[in-house]
Amino acid sequence: MLFAVSFLAYFLLYIGAGNVARLVLGLQATPEQISELNEQLGLNRPFIEQFLGWLSGAVRLDFGESWTMPETVNEVLFPRLGVTLTIVALTTVVAAIVAIVLGTLAAIHGGFIDRIVQFVGLIGFAVPGFLVAFFLVTLFAIQIPIFNAVGYVEFAESPSEWAKSITLPVAALALSAVASVAQQVRGSVSDAINMDYVRTLRARGLSFNRVVYKHVLRNAGGPALSILGVQFVGMLGGAVLVEQIFAISGLGPYAVSSTAMSDIPAVMGLVVVTALVVIVVNLVIDLLSAALNPKVRLS
Amino acid sequence: MSNKAKAKDGLTLRVLKNPSGWSSIGLIVAVIIYGFVAPLLSKWDPNEPDVYSVLGGPDANHFFGTDSAGRDVFTRLAYSTQFSLETAALAVVIALAIGVVGGLIAGYFGGWFDAVSSWMTSILMALPGLVVLLAAMAVIGPTMWGAMAIFGVLLSPAYFRLVYSTVRGVRNELYVDAARVSGLSDFRIIGRHILGVVRAPIIIQTAIVASIAIAIQSGIEFLGLGDKDTPSWGAMLNDAFRQIYDSPGLLIWPSTTIALVTIALVIFANTVRDELERTGPRSKTIKGSGKSEEQLAADAAEVPTIWHEAPGRSSESLISVSNLAVGYPNGQGGVKQVVHNVNLTVNRGEVVGLIGESGSGKTQTAFAVLGLLPAGGKAVAGSIIFDGKELVTTSAKEYDKIRGGRISYIPQEPMSNLDPSFTIGSQLVEPMMIVLGLSRRQANEKAIALLTRVGIPNPKLTMKKYPHEVSGGQAQRVLIAGAVSCDPDLIIADEPTTALDVTVQAEVLDLLRDLQKETNTALLLVTHNFGVVADLCDYINVMQSGRIVEAGPVLDIFENAKHPYTQSLLDSILEGGPARGAYEAPKGNK
Repeated sequence: MLFAVSFLAYFLLYIGAGNVARLVLGLQATPEQISELNEQLGLNRPFIEQFLGWLSGAVRLDFGESWTMPETVNEVLFPRLGVTLTIVALTTVVAAIVAIVLGTLAAIHGGFIDRIVQFVGLIGFAVPGFLVAFFLVTLFAIQIPIFNAVGYVEFAESPSEWAKSITLPVAALALSAVASVAQQVRGSVSDAINMDYVRTLRARGLSFNRVVYKHVLRNAGGPALSILGVQFVGMLGGAVLVEQIFAISGLGPYAVSSTAMSDIPAVMGLVVVTALVVIVVNLVIDLLSAALNPKVRLS
Repeated sequence: MSNKAKAKDGLTLRVLKNPSGWSSIGLIVAVIIYGFVAPLLSKWDPNEPDVYSVLGGPDANHFFGTDSAGRDVFTRLAYSTQFSLETAALAVVIALAIGVVGGLIAGYFGGWFDAVSSWMTSILMALPGLVVLLAAMAVIGPTMWGAMAIFGVLLSPAYFRLVYSTVRGVRNELYVDAARVSGLSDFRIIGRHILGVVRAPIIIQTAIVASIAIAIQSGIEFLGLGDKDTPSWGAMLNDAFRQIYDSPGLLIWPSTTIALVTIALVIFANTVRDELERTGPRSKTIKGSGKSEEQLAADAAEVPTIWHEAPGRSSESLISVSNLAVGYPNGQGGVKQVVHNVNLTVNRGEVVGLIGESGSGKTQTAFAVLGLLPAGGKAVAGSIIFDGKELVTTSAKEYDKIRGGRISYIPQEPMSNLDPSFTIGSQLVEPMMIVLGLSRRQANEKAIALLTRVGIPNPKLTMKKYPHEVSGGQAQRVLIAGAVSCDPDLIIADEPTTALDVTVQAEVLDLLRDLQKETNTALLLVTHNFGVVADLCDYINVMQSGRIVEAGPVLDIFENAKHPYTQSLLDSILEGGPARGAYEAPKGNK
């Protein structure tokens, strides 16, 4: 799977890249300069040889030299990956908690909370996350300056500044995930609550709350978890925009600049690392669903 | 065919009549008109800077003010709208073409195309669209048309999966077979029978895909990766974002337009979906509510219960239900009664039957006693006195203390009444720890003893099993163990053997009888089967249409049934149902 993605991406990117040396050196470059750079970047070798060379590095997670920056791809990519993963992971946790609470309350109490969940569901699903980010920046960083509008502070440097720098990006990213996961939780909780075993457990003397929080939520968890997994993939894309807006030095701005400058090794590194993250996350989700659902565990 | 056409017209009309339907369509149309008409009327050029009117507020000349280069925002927004909608439309059209054609072929013909396209789909779905798109743009350069064409390919799985699964579902339907047999070509079958089915879902999907395409298009333009010379929503956002401190108002116009269009598209999709679902049969009847005309008539006329003398029956009741009525909201502010004026008594140590066919209200009566009526249902009249305590007005908290320890319940369907996510052991142990206050160890030991008692072969192993790992008969034994686990005074058994195989039924009834004798627990047995009643009960109550029509000692009723309904129930057991116990055909009955 990962191999297929890499090969396809490599093939398309290199075929399409055209005359890289001229792109990098500009129009004034002499033919000598161009052939020298081609030699240096290994671009005059046959395609398969280039790919195998790249692959032998990539399997060790070494994505080689950047075409446009003095640092290697790895030197830029991995510190930024950490920042992006922090934001996305935190958003996933926040979104999961908020969505479970909202969805459960909506399913059980209906009425006002239910209408709020429906409304958040519509807005979160329809409105792109970066518009939410604009709204939040304008309101909570400029009009009422509670949080930071730009920049990212490492947690190790200052936990309070870290919180101020990460709150708005996380909120902007979380909304759409909250929207869809809460809808899913609402649906599966209202299904589970009408199951026969709920009545039987209550007939044995368990209180309503105990049955809901122990038995119903456990059974409603599986479908919500797979939606959360889908949302996580979406968040990796959304993070590109949100990081750009909040000037956070994660993968987003790197992806934008590499794209703008056609830095193919950097783009390849980004694609492979993203695919890797998605694969790992899907694996984690599968393991968690297995832990929740004994039927999956056995098969 | 004309029916189909009518249904389709009906849908379009209904969507247009629906307030969210026409307002969302109206908004989208208005934005389209603005995007394509306003540029023709405006005197401003979308790209021409004007250094004398930088960041101007709205006035008669510039309706929405001017931006950081002095360009007219109203005109620029119109050109942007045009461009953004066109590029988003390109993505939608490409996604539609690839997804629908691919889905039809893969779904209808199957084979290698099916395998390959499903594999491609899973690869496309695995990566965030924006990241793939950025990678592609590193090669093709800053062209939005190219980017959105590629995005169309990335979006095509949305249609592919929809069409594929629908076609798979439909292709083996009888009418498709019939069409094939009658010699229609595959092409015509797809066109006539299959596209008709997926049309409405495709419309819904298109609205959603369009909103995603617009979001991504604006996102990329905002990142500054689009063509710098073409006005677009994203480019306007980019420009406005740079001025966020000086002139935060500039963000409003493009963001509001994007938000309105995407929200309108999603509302439109939701409306079509809602209206589509409304076409289907709307069945939302409550179980146990016979809503027939006869019953309404019966509501009006009080039907007296035929009481058989019960000499020697103790007058000290454990539970006494009197004049109980159970009702549900009927959706028009009123109450729909499903149980009327029910009187029945169970004394300590007695086995009392409540018999009637499905829908007669017997299960509703049982749930009312447990205080566990389905959502909306409640005892609207009468009283339930349990051991001197009125249950109808008891608080939820008090009721929790009565259930399990004083009144317990054996359900009908063994599999659905065990929580699939917890082991059998934990489901037995949890209530005992709460109701009896046992430690986990004590509760574990008692659970193993109970499982042994109800005849589970390997109780220690079964404790660790999940419900789907045991047979229906075993599951029912587990539920019986659960019902007796907290030493209740009254067990309500709702059709405890109906879902089981005939051989297992006999064993489970034997078990119930033995347990009842051992513990001298009172048992209210709800069933439709006179054989079961004959086997176990001391007294029986016959229920029809939410009322008790005849009641008395079991022998008396068997020999001398007076109500025609009781007689017909007795007849039916002689003809069809499996005869149980030692009872022969009662005399004087036929």
